[in-house]
Amino acid sequence: MSNRLLAVERVSLAFGGVQVIRDVSFDILEGEIRAIIGPNGAGKTSMLNLISGLYHPQRGAIVLKGIRYDRLRPRVAATNGVARTFQNIALFKGMTTLDNIMSGRILKMHANFLCQLVHYGPARAEEIRHRQFVEKIIDFLEIQHIRKVVVGRLPYGLQKRVELGRALAAEPDLLLLDEPMAGMNLEEKEDMSRFILDLNAQFGTTIALIEHDMRVVMDLSSRIVVLDHGEKIADGTPEQVRANQAVIDSYLGVAR
Amino acid sequence: MPGQSEGPAEDTFPKLLRRNARIFAERTAMREKDLGIWQTWTWTDVLERVCALAAGFAELGVARGDRVAIIGDNRPRLYWSICAVQMLGAIPVPVYQEAVAPEMAFVLRHAEATVAVVENQEQVDKVLEILGAGAGIRHIVYDDARGLKDCRERGVVSLDSIENAGRAVLQRDDGRALWLEREIDRGGGGDISVILYTSGTTDRPKGVVLTNSGTIWAAHAAKLFDRLTEDEEVLAYLPMAWIGDHMFSYAQWLVIGYCVNCPESRDTVVENRREIGPTYVFAPPRVYENLLTLTMVRMQDASWLKRTMFAYFLGVARRCGEAILDGRPVALVDRLRYRLGSILVYGPLKGRYGLSRIRVGYTAGEAIGPEIFSFYRSLGLNLKQLYGQTEAAVYITNQPDGEIFPDTVGRPLPGIEVRIDETGEVHYRSPGIFREYFNNSEATAASKTTDGWVRSGDAGLIDQHGHLKIIDRFKDVGRLANGSLFPPKYIENKLKFFPNIKEAVAFGDGRDYVACFINIDLIAVGSWAERNGVVYGSYQELAADPRVYDMIKDHVAQVNRELAAEPRVAACQIRRFLVLPKELDADDGEVTRTSKVRRAFVCERYAPLIEALYDSGCRHRQIRIGVTFEDGRKGLLEGEVQIAEMPEGLAEGALREAAE
Repeated sequence: MSNRLLAVERVSLAFGGVQVIRDVSFDILEGEIRAIIGPNGAGKTSMLNLISGLYHPQRGAIVLKGIRYDRLRPRVAATNGVARTFQNIALFKGMTTLDNIMSGRILKMHANFLCQLVHYGPARAEEIRHRQFVEKIIDFLEIQHIRKVVVGRLPYGLQKRVELGRALAAEPDLLLLDEPMAGMNLEEKEDMSRFILDLNAQFGTTIALIEHDMRVVMDLSSRIVVLDHGEKIADGTPEQVRANQAVIDSYLGVAR
Repeated sequence: MPGQSEGPAEDTFPKLLRRNARIFAERTAMREKDLGIWQTWTWTDVLERVCALAAGFAELGVARGDRVAIIGDNRPRLYWSICAVQMLGAIPVPVYQEAVAPEMAFVLRHAEATVAVVENQEQVDKVLEILGAGAGIRHIVYDDARGLKDCRERGVVSLDSIENAGRAVLQRDDGRALWLEREIDRGGGGDISVILYTSGTTDRPKGVVLTNSGTIWAAHAAKLFDRLTEDEEVLAYLPMAWIGDHMFSYAQWLVIGYCVNCPESRDTVVENRREIGPTYVFAPPRVYENLLTLTMVRMQDASWLKRTMFAYFLGVARRCGEAILDGRPVALVDRLRYRLGSILVYGPLKGRYGLSRIRVGYTAGEAIGPEIFSFYRSLGLNLKQLYGQTEAAVYITNQPDGEIFPDTVGRPLPGIEVRIDETGEVHYRSPGIFREYFNNSEATAASKTTDGWVRSGDAGLIDQHGHLKIIDRFKDVGRLANGSLFPPKYIENKLKFFPNIKEAVAFGDGRDYVACFINIDLIAVGSWAERNGVVYGSYQELAADPRVYDMIKDHVAQVNRELAAEPRVAACQIRRFLVLPKELDADDGEVTRTSKVRRAFVCERYAPLIEALYDSGCRHRQIRIGVTFEDGRKGLLEGEVQIAEMPEGLAEGALREAAE
């Protein structure tokens, strides 16, 4: 049985009087593709924010690599190999693709500030090493042609790919993708699916993703958590989830 | 053998590689941009790699006479695989990598290929799909392992493992190395060097069988003609299955010993061309057309100052650029103006596209619009036309330096004979011509005469300078109902000069007047739409916009004026036209993989539209046609197509004018 990379333990989150997540538990195993789905407002993005340390739960805890955190800080999450992308792209629009992805290496740069400033000695050697790694990502994502293009000028689908590239630059153990296919056309979706599968197969990266396109979710993921109104209503393989009555009801709507 | 006796002593490509490793040794033979850096291989490196690959292929069971398919973009190891296969006396068959599975299946089956060397997972999947359909492929060898790590299909192996196995064998066993040397020696000039499938504008592709001696002869003849040296830099970016690429990136690479550069990916060609600055260039007209369209579109978005400067100096270049290039006398004032223009406009423009270092540039594959051709020449680019065919190992006629006429394709190279038969068809004969069509004696007999001439299938004539002039595909030239000549491509090329028009198909054979289909260029018209506030949701919508129709109408009127000025084709003025709701696409079989319109197929597919063009009462017509999307899925396109009529009065008036 694979190791537990991360576990969410009986977590609850509220903003003022609004209960966003209510007593949810699930785990993510090493090497799997885990999907989190649910109707709008189900608490999916909040859940990703909890895992990446942006939010802290009022009750419950996040267990990352065997260590239990009541208040997981973003930096701790990042240094422990959690990287993510955002639903509404959060890139540096005025910088090139290359620089954006390089910025993902920030936690791995150790040369002191002065050296970096004059680009000398260890800082220089280090930058070359990082650039080599970034070039591998560029090759992997097939974005050589936009290497030196300012990100703000790129079409949406490519920006999404660059954002994935930046997350990969951190060499994550756990990659969180918030709606990686939103707003993409069919071809872009297929490309993105292929990248996610290749990532998982070639580098063994564990992936947790939120996605609305059911076909994509069913095809990609090994296990699925379904949230509705902040509660977990199902958890299992795509087949199990597809057959689950509670899921069908929440998606199609029933008279209560 | 007539012509050059001083050709290379080596009579096969593997022997040439061995020679190059000896005489050029540490010179750069090939580059490829990988992970953002140009990697280089010397001739010594290449020989070592090719030998390892050859030994590896031998371990896999590749033997003399076997056919090995090569499928992929221009990757160094695919070129090396061609040579490795030739070392063993087997026959490489490069296949268009973009071909959809059934198309590829036909070629693989017809060539009876037993091994396929492919670039990546996409091609592996395609070949696996075909295997189910019963092609005799035993092994699929892939270059790029991405996405194939877990592939457990039988017979799928990596090129890495082949190369490593081959290298290990050669190092372990001296006898094996000696055996490989002898295999190379066993090859001779008369052996088949490659089979290239022509894309076929008419029917099924035919496999053109070329020999070592023929291909080497042609490569060498062109080397002498343009005084090419081992210092040339060439960018390999055209399909490997095209004779043009096979000649420029493979045959001449080995015969002349220059450096071939492989771009990082298909999308980075323009950028990589700029980095390399090739000196010897070969491209079909559409490459030059695209660059021109791109330039014009960008200039329209430029600042007022730049636009004015661009327009002024382009005028100067048009007036005297070509004369300066050809060394004809030009007034001093114009010379100075041109010099200034070189600094301010032409130089930067050429630099932008990596054309600054070009010594010799060729366009071939199709007729290039004279205006496009003159545009590049006026900037000081030594762009020339050549007329070639796969069956001739490219070369039939080339334009010699200083004798450039936009409407001719030059003189036969030394050693090549050209004649026009009584029906007007161009025939040629040379040591470079093909041996036969593979497994197709019927086609061979139809195309080759008993005394060694090849029928080109093109209608042409030889002008007063001794230059060949190609009018059209022999079978495409028709007559209007009133008996006047109708050369469709001549008219289409005039239309295609407008950046807004990507493709045109003219009709008129046996009809009362000429009518045509227009394909708009999405880049150019899209940019125009943006600037003029024309809102559209799809290609189809944009194509149907009345303002787009008005714009195209202006272009057609301009072409009509030009046609009216030429007595021979004055009757061919376009009376009615329509803008097609979809782009003509190779996936739908409407154009070939080298982007030539397959006229007969288009006629059949759009028959209702043609009928509408000739039904004078008809103003619009509903159509439904199947389309193939990029991912291979099928769909249906439905819509109404407007028919535009050219103002009757003008056409009539111009006609009368021309007749008088």
